[in-house]
Amino acid sequence: MLKIDNLHARVDNKDILKGLDLEVAPGEVHAIMGPNGSGKSTLGHVLAGRPGYQHTAGSATLLGQDLLALETEERAHLGLFLAFQYPVEIPGVSNMEFLKAAVDATLEARGEEAIDSVSFMKRAREICQQVDLDQSFLKRGVNEGFSGGEKKRNELMQMMLLQPKLCILDETDSGLDIDALQRVAEGVNTMRDGKRAFVLITHYQRLLNYIEPDHVHVLSGGRIVRSGDKSLALELEAKGYSWLEEVA
Amino acid sequence: MADFMQQPLTAAAKTAPAWLTDTLSRGQTAWSERRLPTRKTEAWKYNDLRALQHSFSAPKAGPPPTLEGIDLPQLEGSLLVFTDGVFCAEGSLLALPEGVELVRFADAGPDEAKAIVARLGTAVNHGRHLFAPLNDATLSDGVFLRVAADTVVEQPIQIAWLTSGRADALGITQRLLVDMGAHSQATVVETFANTETGGVAFTNGITELLLAEGAQLNHNRLHLEHGRAVHIGGVHALLGANTNLNSFHLALGSDLKRIDIVVQHEGQGANCDVNGIYLPRGEEQIDYHTCMEHAVPNCTSSENFRGIIADQAKAIFNGRIHIHPDAQKTRAQLSNKNLLTSNEAEVNTKPELEIYADDVQCAHGATVAQMDATALHYLRTRGVSRAEAQVMLSYGFVNELIDAIPCAALHTYLKPLLAKRFARSPKLARHLI
Repeated sequence: MLKIDNLHARVDNKDILKGLDLEVAPGEVHAIMGPNGSGKSTLGHVLAGRPGYQHTAGSATLLGQDLLALETEERAHLGLFLAFQYPVEIPGVSNMEFLKAAVDATLEARGEEAIDSVSFMKRAREICQQVDLDQSFLKRGVNEGFSGGEKKRNELMQMMLLQPKLCILDETDSGLDIDALQRVAEGVNTMRDGKRAFVLITHYQRLLNYIEPDHVHVLSGGRIVRSGDKSLALELEAKGYSWLEEVA
Repeated sequence: MADFMQQPLTAAAKTAPAWLTDTLSRGQTAWSERRLPTRKTEAWKYNDLRALQHSFSAPKAGPPPTLEGIDLPQLEGSLLVFTDGVFCAEGSLLALPEGVELVRFADAGPDEAKAIVARLGTAVNHGRHLFAPLNDATLSDGVFLRVAADTVVEQPIQIAWLTSGRADALGITQRLLVDMGAHSQATVVETFANTETGGVAFTNGITELLLAEGAQLNHNRLHLEHGRAVHIGGVHALLGANTNLNSFHLALGSDLKRIDIVVQHEGQGANCDVNGIYLPRGEEQIDYHTCMEHAVPNCTSSENFRGIIADQAKAIFNGRIHIHPDAQKTRAQLSNKNLLTSNEAEVNTKPELEIYADDVQCAHGATVAQMDATALHYLRTRGVSRAEAQVMLSYGFVNELIDAIPCAALHTYLKPLLAKRFARSPKLARHLI
């Protein structure tokens, strides 16, 4: 599904990713852990095409297509979804208008039949209930005045509506209390269907108690320095990242 | 002063009702002593007045012109329509509850004429407003709205000044005098528009809002004129004790629009909220000069103006807050935010605070920015095209001020109007309307 080969990237003239390799097969859940500044969030932003994140060498393909040659919206149409660590507030544009625009654009790009407004509203309300967001959030400005947990649930709602093929969750657990974390994890788990793949970017092992990964990778200095199964996450939690940096 | 309005000046002297004679002659004297501003005139230094290089002609009575491409707000309630400067009975509708008078100066009876003369110009600082004497000097008709004390008018009252472009270089004088009795309530919508073909026109407009104690007025002034239609004028309000003025302004661009908004707080406990949106593009210029005069204690004023300036267009915003020595406990807030969507767009924004009282809260802020790259990216990561995301962000930038308009019917009118304006193809606005 996702194949990253020797990826190099820089931000503000500073090299952040320095030869990252990662392969994610359909249905798999990968966790990427690592200390602050190791390049975890940069990976998500480079894959999503954020301005200022410059890819300098290597490649990344999604479903066989050269991801880095595509416009940001084309990557989304192909099936990439990045749940932001800091979802952006857009006052004046209602969440509903935004969600409908996103779904319509995606369906159209995929050559699928458009969804009528009534069915869309029904679906959006159902998902609101699933992620435990009051329906009034559909009428509010995109993420405007939402709490940290509400923003993360709004990201989850978008993910559920857009039905992407690869979901990258960038520190979705940060700033969440334990109830909100469980709620978000439940949402992610309902989307695990054996085909959809997930990359969870996280600092802490805590999230992985609720979303069980198939593979755990440690990112340090812009490269993956160690990979293993879920027991690696527990080991990291016990020993800290410095342990790995010494090993590496 | 330059004789670009000579013909309307001569015509008004012949057609104005006799009881306006004094107003006209005072105006003519003052106007004859005025000089057009230059780049050195502080209040006008960014304005390009070349758009006035015509000989304007006075409106003439005749069959009403066809008005294609003008789509007025569909509001319940009374509507007065003026086309090419002349009252149009066919397009107008009066449905007034008891306690409300809506009369044209040309139709005013002796009592009404007396009431108009007693009030006309009382809110306008003629010395400060360069073109105000011209308005007086060319006044042959206008609208007087009087709401009796304790009367609540539920339905909005709309007054539309429309130009067809049929007569070239038309010079139009617009005047509205609103007299709100104590504890009365009403909504007024003023709409200025021209037909798709446009045409050269110059509107000199003055709206005066007089609010007696406890009165509440929702006032909306929509400037939809485009092309060669020039508008210079303003809104002048006098607020009595415990009054509440909620005023909304919209200006789409044309060759030149210069609107002065002056609110004088004269009674304690008066409050005003003045919001506005300006959207020049092409080579258009829009200038809003606002002035909040706080003369007495315990009043509040809140102003939020936002502009999106595209192409080579120019916007000017000057927000003055003047707190007089006695006006303790004043709370005044001013915010002006500008979005430039092109490298050649220009905005000159200036807050101007004069504070002579020491126990006041006064906040102001002005921003000039380009479209938020992070927000644009966020929308695109969800599959929304760059073009549609830009439309959504432009719309979102001003939409909050639309939502703050108390008259819900205006939301229905303004939201699609703005969405369509930002979108080069209708498809790009489809999620906003």
